[in-house]
Amino acid sequence: MFKMSRKGISDKVAVIGMGCTRFAEHWDKSVEDLLVEAAYEAFSDAGIEPTDVEAAWLGTMISGYAGITLSGPLKTQYIPVTRVENMCATGSEAFRNACYAVASGAYDIVLAIGVEKLKDSGYSGLTRPNPPSDGTAPNISAPASFSFLAPAYFKKYGLTPEQGREVLSRIAWKNHYNGSLNPKAQYRSEVSMEKISKSPLVAAPLGVFDCSGVADGAAAAIIVRTEDAHKYRKDPMYVKALTIAAGPGDGRLRQDFDFTSIKENVAAAQAAYREAGIKNPRQEISMAEVHDCFTPTELVIYEDLGFSERGQGWKDVLNGVFELGGELPVNPDGGLKSFGHPIGASGLRMLYEMYLQFQGRAGKRQIENPKIGLTHNLGGTPMQCVSFISIVGKELS
Amino acid sequence: MNGIISYGAYIPYNRLKRKRIGEFFGKPAMGGEKAIAGYDEDSVSMGVEAAMDCLQEMNPDQIDTVYFATTSSPYREKGSIPTLAAALNLRDSVRGMETAASLRSGTAAIMAAKPGEHTLVIAGDCRTGAPTGQNEQWFGDGAAAFLIGSGPDVIANMIDYTSVQGEVISHWRSQSDLFTQSWEERLSSSAFMKQVKESVSPFLEKNDRSIGTISKVIISGPTTRAHLQAAQALGFSNQQVQNPLFDNVGLTGNAHAPMMLVSALEEANPGDQLLVVSFAEGLDLLLLEVTDAISRLGKRKGVQGYLSIKNDEVLYSDYLKWREIINTEPPRRPSTDRPSAPALHRGYQQNLGFIGSKCIKCGTAQFPKQRVCVQCQSKDEMEDYRFVGQSAKVTTFTLDYLAASPAPPMIVAVIDFDQGGRIICEVTDCHPKEIEIGMEVEMTFRRLFEAGGISNYFWKARPIRRKEGV
Repeated sequence: MFKMSRKGISDKVAVIGMGCTRFAEHWDKSVEDLLVEAAYEAFSDAGIEPTDVEAAWLGTMISGYAGITLSGPLKTQYIPVTRVENMCATGSEAFRNACYAVASGAYDIVLAIGVEKLKDSGYSGLTRPNPPSDGTAPNISAPASFSFLAPAYFKKYGLTPEQGREVLSRIAWKNHYNGSLNPKAQYRSEVSMEKISKSPLVAAPLGVFDCSGVADGAAAAIIVRTEDAHKYRKDPMYVKALTIAAGPGDGRLRQDFDFTSIKENVAAAQAAYREAGIKNPRQEISMAEVHDCFTPTELVIYEDLGFSERGQGWKDVLNGVFELGGELPVNPDGGLKSFGHPIGASGLRMLYEMYLQFQGRAGKRQIENPKIGLTHNLGGTPMQCVSFISIVGKELS
Repeated sequence: MNGIISYGAYIPYNRLKRKRIGEFFGKPAMGGEKAIAGYDEDSVSMGVEAAMDCLQEMNPDQIDTVYFATTSSPYREKGSIPTLAAALNLRDSVRGMETAASLRSGTAAIMAAKPGEHTLVIAGDCRTGAPTGQNEQWFGDGAAAFLIGSGPDVIANMIDYTSVQGEVISHWRSQSDLFTQSWEERLSSSAFMKQVKESVSPFLEKNDRSIGTISKVIISGPTTRAHLQAAQALGFSNQQVQNPLFDNVGLTGNAHAPMMLVSALEEANPGDQLLVVSFAEGLDLLLLEVTDAISRLGKRKGVQGYLSIKNDEVLYSDYLKWREIINTEPPRRPSTDRPSAPALHRGYQQNLGFIGSKCIKCGTAQFPKQRVCVQCQSKDEMEDYRFVGQSAKVTTFTLDYLAASPAPPMIVAVIDFDQGGRIICEVTDCHPKEIEIGMEVEMTFRRLFEAGGISNYFWKARPIRRKEGV
């Protein structure tokens, strides 16, 4: 299904500095402000000067075009800046391209940064300009396209609507709890199961509390080759795998696509595990940040990524497997649900949490001695998307 | 002389009880209910539905000419014949013409059918009366269709027809009027009665018929009681007068006489004589004789079938919104872009005809058309494949409260066709509580939206609702 060269990215590059703004409704901050904040936090964290950066990759979906969206605010001095876009996986895609550029030897030190300003549009949720079309595709909202997963999953595995509701609420409850421990999260308070379950419907059966936070924010990473990493810090984060799978649209066209699995996730995970040499993800991975854009997405991801057996993810949720003290904590920083989801920044925000956790800087939500982390970032719909997975580690293999 | 080979009708699913209008304004209301086009329907979409009901499994290639009669065309400038032709999969060389403005244009189109040809006549109307007025209560929406031709399949021979021109300002709508206006009805009533008295008896005498030999007289007149007054004046008994559908559909503009004719045919027996009297600034008179072939006509919904398929809980406020009579708070979503004309042009056969592709190598049906097969990845090994009329079921669904829709929540479902192929589309004429995985649906032609003055037509799914025996 997924072909890849024998020579992957594993242990070839390392992250030596990161930055992340608080994700929030930043009425008082512009795209420029957010970029400057995230980039300078990363420069300072890495102990470098802005002028040390030799090339940059900027991820944004709707907040600006071209590399000048970054070079202007930072006043970079005529270095290459590439703007990348891969829908909600945009931030991860910026990171991925930056890693490969360093690994190739073309540059020694690069910046990957993602930003999004969603709250300036005045619209509810994520909106984006569409290319001209015949207008026949139903103009459904993002929660609606992911809500297709819920009734299909419940039906296939015999959950009553009430059982299904409890599972989805538990996922949101977990992510809100984790976010309550995170000073940079958009929502920093716990939300009761009852409040989540009874929230106003957005795309039935999903309510407001099944949806990720609509936020503004930016996140950044400084990347070098592994052999250079210790010049900058003793505790860099090593990249073990980077994969992205773009789907052919089976969900739109093929009847065997049953809306209980997102094939792109499966393909990306299998390739990433192969690249990182992971045989048993549930045991070998210490923690994960996954794309919980809506609660049923996170449920399906558990199974697609091999954290749970098929049809067992909902039981693992109810058994607390993915909670902070559980067997495999997922979304320890609060996830898209409570940390917020400024599209272009989210993929880098996930890596930021891995980075903090490895360095023991995650405060009240610190996981004990994590070794291997996974980030999963998805752009599109269950029917057709790009699915990104990174495996990162505290130590070299 | 030609005759009717087949008929069909369409009555929109949504019905407004007239008492709801009365309650809103604190005024007395006419009884019964009126059929109202949904927010995604207009005269063209209703016309397609009526024509599909009429044609059933007939080969559309046999149709030489299509006439579309309406006073509520979606465009003042731009024809609807190519839209109808593509939706009905008629051949490219089909001739066509729209007959507009006159409320007699439905019957005029029937009379215009050429001998020796197959003519599809579609009459559909969707008129709006100003709030608080009688027209608002009286008017309803609907469509009818006839296949006209000759030969052994004719179910009703056209014995004769004639017209009377008699100028009178009775009902009118100028280029800029939103609502139909009407003069004091005693004027139109007087003109109508005079024309009826002068023309009907001579027409029957000429054809060796008398009032007594007519099985049903189908009268579409200028007032709510004109049909009864005319019948009485001519000497018809009440049993001979075809029900004008005012109680459950309303006055459907130029589709009114055609829909009544469909009703009459649904109950007709071989040998029955049917007289149509259609008024609008004069009269059209049609005399038909039902043949033995009517007993062989296949089942269809027709007026009777569609009358029983309804949602009569529509609120008057819904009607006001759907007709854009009241402005409401826009959703906090971007407004709908006008569709790209080049994209529409490239895809009109696919989108209006609902024609996808089927892989010649592996047999997988796909919509929209693909160059590379999603199943076996063969390139350019596709043949056209029409999904219309195929049985299908809901695989999963959502109720989207966030999407911009005149009737939230927008119901969107993944539809899998029993013979292969999938589409993700809106489900219409469906209550949110009804939808479930496995629900049987059929495709219906709708106007998705109008943006930039462009009406964008496509297909939606609707629950299959069967009347017993239909």
